[in-house]
Amino acid sequence: MECDVVIIGGGPAGLAAGLYAARARRCAVMLEKNVIGGQIALTASIENYPGFPDGVNGFDLAEAMLQQAEKYGLQTIYVSALSVDKTDDRFLVKTSEGDFRTKTVIAAGGGTYKKLGVPGEERLIGRGVSFCATCDGALFRQKEVLVVGGGDAAIDEALFLARYASKIRVVHRRDQLRATPVLQERAFAEPKLDFVWNTVVVEVLGDDVVTGARLRNVISGEESEMAVAGVFIFIGQQPNVDYLKGLVAMDETGRVIVNDWMETNVPGVYAAGDGRRNAARQVVSSAGDGATAAIRADEYISEKFGVWTPPK
Amino acid sequence: MANVKEVSDATFRKEVLDSTVPVLVDFWAPWCGPCRMVSPLVEDLAGDFAGKVNFVKLNTDDNPATATSYGIRSIPTLIIFKAGQPVSQIIGFRPKTELKKHIESVVS
Repeated sequence: MECDVVIIGGGPAGLAAGLYAARARRCAVMLEKNVIGGQIALTASIENYPGFPDGVNGFDLAEAMLQQAEKYGLQTIYVSALSVDKTDDRFLVKTSEGDFRTKTVIAAGGGTYKKLGVPGEERLIGRGVSFCATCDGALFRQKEVLVVGGGDAAIDEALFLARYASKIRVVHRRDQLRATPVLQERAFAEPKLDFVWNTVVVEVLGDDVVTGARLRNVISGEESEMAVAGVFIFIGQQPNVDYLKGLVAMDETGRVIVNDWMETNVPGVYAAGDGRRNAARQVVSSAGDGATAAIRADEYISEKFGVWTPPK
Repeated sequence: MANVKEVSDATFRKEVLDSTVPVLVDFWAPWCGPCRMVSPLVEDLAGDFAGKVNFVKLNTDDNPATATSYGIRSIPTLIIFKAGQPVSQIIGFRPKTELKKHIESVVS
């Protein structure tokens, strides 16, 4: 299949890029390997996207963005991008199901949640280990759970869990939270939340489902076990742009280096959203990145391959 | 829609466990975004496997007993039952082609 713009990733950056590319009447294809919306699909309420004073459900927002972009002709295909190679004046995007030839590539791969890397974690994913309270929280009614992390995501999700769980213990490796002050205020006012400071999880316990976790105090080195039905992990994300390795310049954290136009060092390849260096990692800034990248991609195609002309 | 019957704690034995053909159960809830992406795929697949596999869905909010007894801690979860026994489980969203391959491998 051949196109003008291949967008890798269907989160806010990719969806905005798709909207702009499709409205520029470029042939635009968006590749998504999982759920539309990316990380926002797993967020119950997004309170900081302008225009929604009462917040908006993340999946609803993603679906609306998709409808809007598809209305103008964006095509969505559910595959994983494996690699991007330059071939003469085009790019070849290899995926889990076939290849795409394209004039430009917008890498909007976003981020993937980081795992703890401790025994029991991988084995018990979906069986009490979760990276999404919004998805799984309601299945922990009247149960005790652990939340690992101290940033916005951890506190947001811990507060969400308070609707269902009987007790939420927030385990954080430091002695204070990193989350936005407004979230911290809510967290400290929520009676169901307890904080376990200076502590890390060293093992998730359970045979078929999670029954507890082994913790270690990082100052005293003391280990203890805690009986819980769920372990919710929010310790940050890693960029999801491995398919660009070897093609474009990246920083030491694996994020793509771009200029103000979201251009990488390879003309015709752009990066937008959480996978680029210095991203603010917000829905609104990711959407802005996607729009910028698509506008620039359209200009690049016009310069190199000719401007769009209305059908006769 | 008609292809995928809604089952409950009360009808689970009759519709799923006592079924003579394999049954795929879509454990879902209205608040779950990814479930809303899986449901249309399950409906499509129900058409593809008509006569060979029954497809049903169970709302975990309204039917906590069944969800708990199968250790559902994350949705969407799809479980295939053969002769009353759960024989395979898929947790989370997967593209349709992958689901199809999986179901084929389990029921063939």
